[in-house]
This record gives sequence, structure tokens and C-alpha cells, in this order.
Amino acid sequence: MNTYIQKAGLGKILEKVDAGERLSLADGLQLYQSQDILAVGYLANIVRNRQNGDNTYFIFNQHINYSNICSNLCKFCAFGREKNSELAFEMSVGEVKEKVRARLAEPISEIHMVGGIHPDLPFDYYLELLRGIKEVRPEVHIQAFTCVEIAHLAQLCGKPVAETLGLLQEAGLDSLPGGGAEVFSPRIRQLTCEKKLSGSDWLEIAKTAHRQGLHSNATMLYGHIETLEERLEHLAALREAQDETNGFLAFIPLAFHPKNTGMSDLAKTTGIDDLKNIAVARLFLDNFPHIKAYWVMIGPQMAQIALSFGADDMDGTVKEEVITHMAGAETEQAMGSATLVRLIKEAGRIPVQRDTLYNVVHVHN
Amino acid sequence: MQLERVIEKGVAGERIDDDEYLLLERAGDLYQLGFLADTIRRRKHPDNLVTYVIDRNINYTDICISACKFCAFFKAPEDGRGYLLSFPELQAKIEETKALGGTQILLQGGLHPGQPLEYYEEMVRFMKTTGIHVHGFSPPEICHFGDLSGQPIKEVIRRLIVAGLDSIPGGGAEILSDRVRQSIAPRKCGADQWLAVMEEAHHQGLRTSATMMFGHIETKEERLEHLRRLRELQDETHGFTAFIPWPFQPGHTVLADTEKTTAVEYLRMLALSRIYLDNFDNIQASWVTQGPKVAQLSLSFGANDFGSTMIEENVVAAAGVSFRLSEQEIRQLVASAGFTPAQRLMDYSLV
Repeated sequence: MNTYIQKAGLGKILEKVDAGERLSLADGLQLYQSQDILAVGYLANIVRNRQNGDNTYFIFNQHINYSNICSNLCKFCAFGREKNSELAFEMSVGEVKEKVRARLAEPISEIHMVGGIHPDLPFDYYLELLRGIKEVRPEVHIQAFTCVEIAHLAQLCGKPVAETLGLLQEAGLDSLPGGGAEVFSPRIRQLTCEKKLSGSDWLEIAKTAHRQGLHSNATMLYGHIETLEERLEHLAALREAQDETNGFLAFIPLAFHPKNTGMSDLAKTTGIDDLKNIAVARLFLDNFPHIKAYWVMIGPQMAQIALSFGADDMDGTVKEEVITHMAGAETEQAMGSATLVRLIKEAGRIPVQRDTLYNVVHVHN
Repeated sequence: MQLERVIEKGVAGERIDDDEYLLLERAGDLYQLGFLADTIRRRKHPDNLVTYVIDRNINYTDICISACKFCAFFKAPEDGRGYLLSFPELQAKIEETKALGGTQILLQGGLHPGQPLEYYEEMVRFMKTTGIHVHGFSPPEICHFGDLSGQPIKEVIRRLIVAGLDSIPGGGAEILSDRVRQSIAPRKCGADQWLAVMEEAHHQGLRTSATMMFGHIETKEERLEHLRRLRELQDETHGFTAFIPWPFQPGHTVLADTEKTTAVEYLRMLALSRIYLDNFDNIQASWVTQGPKVAQLSLSFGANDFGSTMIEENVVAAAGVSFRLSEQEIRQLVASAGFTPAQRLMDYSLV
């Protein structure tokens, strides 16, 4: 094995990985530029096995998008709509509660809820959403509102971010999802999502949430116009933030889906792109406990393979996934847990049903 | 016997025996198989090329008396909904193919009960007037023509070559084990007959490919049996150009309840094929069943060929799987994996 890694020119990085040393930006760049995906994956697999053994996590979750009305309208997004668009939608609190009630018979432990930056819904609406969900399903964990939405909600209620988060927590918020990070680089945000919260503000809000006792995830939208250096700066900023607060649970690389977006002329990501982003993240983000292969975006096949390229989490059973599917994702909208378990086992791993905070619910031996 | 020792043998370019194969199959992890397959593939193809062919599948009929349990494409003769393409329809498809830069037609069809051998001779003669390479009639079809005409295999092949047949595709091999064939394709030619057709074709100067459809009722040992029989024949004739393994697609078949082979299992089987079939130069990725992402990755698990652009494909599509790739997309996938894409002909000479 080591001969093969050395032939691939990655011997120095192998030494660092074996010694548990932190990788530099230059190391990260070399990994991204390597033409040998097997060698890169092998290195990531060492770290994955050291951190998580064969455990491969999944969760029973429900996705709810309360509205797609958005005043940001980022170029890479096929989900957001202006308020007067025919395709715009907005759910009442009652409708959201109904969605939750409709699936009470399923063993769902997490509700994943995000929306756009809505121009006129009041702050109370968001509090009511949280309270309403907890009314119908009191024990469920609500992972809701990206840092971008949190910044907007703080503006709406006219209070600092920490206080705003406190109010949301009182109403039922349990953790934040990792969306809205895109690529932190100001150049990229200027070109693709100029109205969106800046990268540094995104990180500040995530860290504030962590200090409030809220865990969160982190993402990166790759495969559009970002450079490899910009990806690495993004990862480095996350690593630094994690050093400070240790509040991130998982990193989730998100493959850009061009269809129906303002950048529909770009090509879809390839399988090697997908695996490389998983593997480099696993190697570079040494302080992140988990790397997630989000099967909705890269497909169940690649997500299964990713379990040998650094990923230790397959997300969940997910139903009614909307955001990626509006951008032309060809994956199913739901995958049964039996299928997830089989994919994980056939990859030679142990399927572990988890809750949001990675407590073990059930091990499928 | 130690796994490490088997891997060293493979790296050194020595042949892997059956017990060693089974050890690799049982105990080798994804990286051990991948690294070994990749090492062998790079030794055989130091030029860093990944080839592909521009062609079209033409299925001249879907009427078939075989009724294989794994097939979602055929129509039984009494069904009445089946088709048989006319010669003008064939011609239109060939002209389209040529207009897209295509060099060959992959011509296969069901085992039609009503047409004599002369009909197929006429079909090939007609197609050859366009000048295109005819890669046609898998061994079950050749056997079927022999049965219908009362001619021995040798004569059937001779007559088709005279009519213009250029090469024979490796379809219908499924799993070359009589237990498996008895169960899922009892009316199709047996393993010995399939191999006999290929042997005879090689003796008469035709090149052929070989396939394997796995992931249904076969055991791991039966997969090995399949590979062993191909390797043995290849030692004798050297007539196979390529090996093409693909997983069974259960949609809309009698075996629809079968769990579909996962991507990891596909990559493992691909790598094992590359490792065991030391006398096959070329191993094809199956983007038609695996999609572009897994197919691209398979270039690191032993595959050196991206197959065909498949301007038309009907059989896998009938099982509910319909990936499409243009030549441009194939070239981009290959290039972004770090290889040089190159268009080839059936015999793997470059265009």
C-alpha cells in the first residue's frame, strides 16, 4: 500500500496522517490536484477509521421547507422564488404542523427545516413554527434555520444574534443545519450571491450558536466557479472556528446541481469531484468528528463508495427533498432504512442509527 | 495462504489461481483490490489512454423464444406486440449513426422463431452496403440460427462471415455455469455452446468480446467459474478483445425482487476481473448500468475502456435504467479522471 501511495507522490502526507499531524493548505492543494483518487481516498480512509471505526451513521429525519420565497435569489439556487412568482409557496404554521402530524407513526427523531429569506413574515411566525412542531411532536429534535436565516431573524426581532438564538431555543430550536455557507470567499459571494450574509458573518453566527449551547453543521457548495484555493480557504476557516468552539458536528460537502439555476451552463460534478471533496475534507478537517455523504446530492451509489473515502455518515431517510430536486437531482426523494442499512453493510461498515447529536439509537449488527 | 502474498504475486505480474482469487474475493478490502487492479491496468496500458467507441445498438427484434428470467426487453412470439425491424429501418439507423461519427453497429436481437439463416445473411449483406462495421449476433443467436437451419455452428459462422459479419459481441454469456443457466435461461445455449461459438469464431478469424451479467442467483464460485472458462479459452485463441462485466438490472423482470448490486460490489467485481483475467487486454466500465459517476471511478478499479456512446440502447432501458452520455461528456469524464480519451474501433485500434 505504502509503495502505491509513494508512487502517487503522497508519501509525505501519508507520514503526517500516520502521525496525526495537521495538514497545511499546501497539503490540501496537493490532495485536490492529485490524479490518483484511490491514493487520496486511502489516506482519508485511515483518518475515518481512526475517528469512527466502521461505524456509519444515519438518522430518521423529515425535511420541511416552510417557504421558498427569498429576497437573496442566489445564482446557484433553483429553489428560491420572488414573492409574486407562480412557483412561490409559503406554509402556514398549521400546514407545517399537519406535515409533522402526517408522519407521527414513523420513528422520526429530527426535523430539518430551512427556507428562504422571506421579505415579510414576522419574527413571531418562526417562533410559532418551532412551538407548533414541538406541540405535535414534543420529543423531536428541531434542526432549523441556517446562519443566513438566523441573521435575518435577528434583524426582524431587533436583537443581537445571541439573544435571538435564545428566544428561538426557548421556542424549541435544538440545533442549526450547515447551509448557507456556500464558499466563504468574498469573490465567490460577490459573483454568485451578493445579497447573502458574508462568510465571516456566517462563521460568527455559527460560533455564537455554539457558545449558546447549540450544535451545528457546516457545508460547502462545490463544483461551480470556485478555485481549489478558495475551497481550501473555506475549509481552513471552518477548522479555525472549530478550534475555538468545537460546536460543529459534521461537515457536508454539497455538489452543485446546475439545472434550473442561474449557472445552468456549468457541468455537473463528476464522481471523482464528489469523492475528492469528501476525502480532502476528512483529511483537512481534523477537528470535525463527522463527514457526511449526502446521498440526495451525490446519489446512493457514490454515497456508499464515499464510506471508504472519508465519510462516516449517510444523512437520513429524508422525504420530500425539494431544494436539490428543483435543481435537477435525479436521486430518489426518500430511501428506506432497509436500503440504507444494506448499502452500509455491503460497504463493509456497521450501520448505526443515531440521533442528531450522534448518540447511538440502534446498532445494526 | 496469505492475502499479502497473493497481492505481491499480482503486483509482480504472476497469474492468480482459483484459490487465490477466492481469498482476494473474501478477504481483500476495496483498496487492496483497487490498488492491485490499478497497478495491473497501468502496466498493460502505460499510455494513460481511456478508449471508447462511437456506435449504436440495433436490436433487430424483441421477439424471443428464450424468455430468460432476467430480461425485461423481450416479447414472447404469441404476445403480438413484438417488432422486427425492416431493412429500410435498419438503414435509417445506420445513416444516423454514421452522421454522428459512428463506426459500428452492435447488432443483436431476440431468438425469433420465424426467420431462416438466409434472412440474417441478407440482413448483414444489406447492412454492409453502407460500409459500417457490423459487430453482430451473440452466441445464443448463432446457436439459434444453427438450430433453425440445421447447420452446424461452424457453417453458420462461415456463412455470416461471407455475408459480411465483422465481429461477434460477447452478450448472452450471463454466467457461464449450467446450474445458473438451467435456472434463469433454460432455453438459451449452454455454457459449453457459448464458448464453442466463440472458439469457432476466433478460429475463423473473428474477434469477439466477452461479458458477464452478475448479481442474480449465482454464487461467488460460479462467478469464478465464468472467469476461469474465459481465461482458458483466451489462452488457446487470444480472440477476445475485451471483458465487460455488468450487474443484473432487476427492474421489470421476473427476478424483480432481487436486490440490485451496489456500487461497491460492482467495483470489487470489476477489480477482481482485471486481476484474474491476466490475458485480457481491455476491461470495460459499464456507464449504461452504473451511471457516469461510478463509471468514471471504475477507471481506478481496473477499467481502461469507457465502452460505447450508445446512440441507442434498449435492453437496459427496458429494466428502467436510462443514463445517457454524449461523446463530449465521455471525453470530459475521462479527462477529468486524469486520462487521455481516445476514440477506437471494435478491435481497439485508434481512430
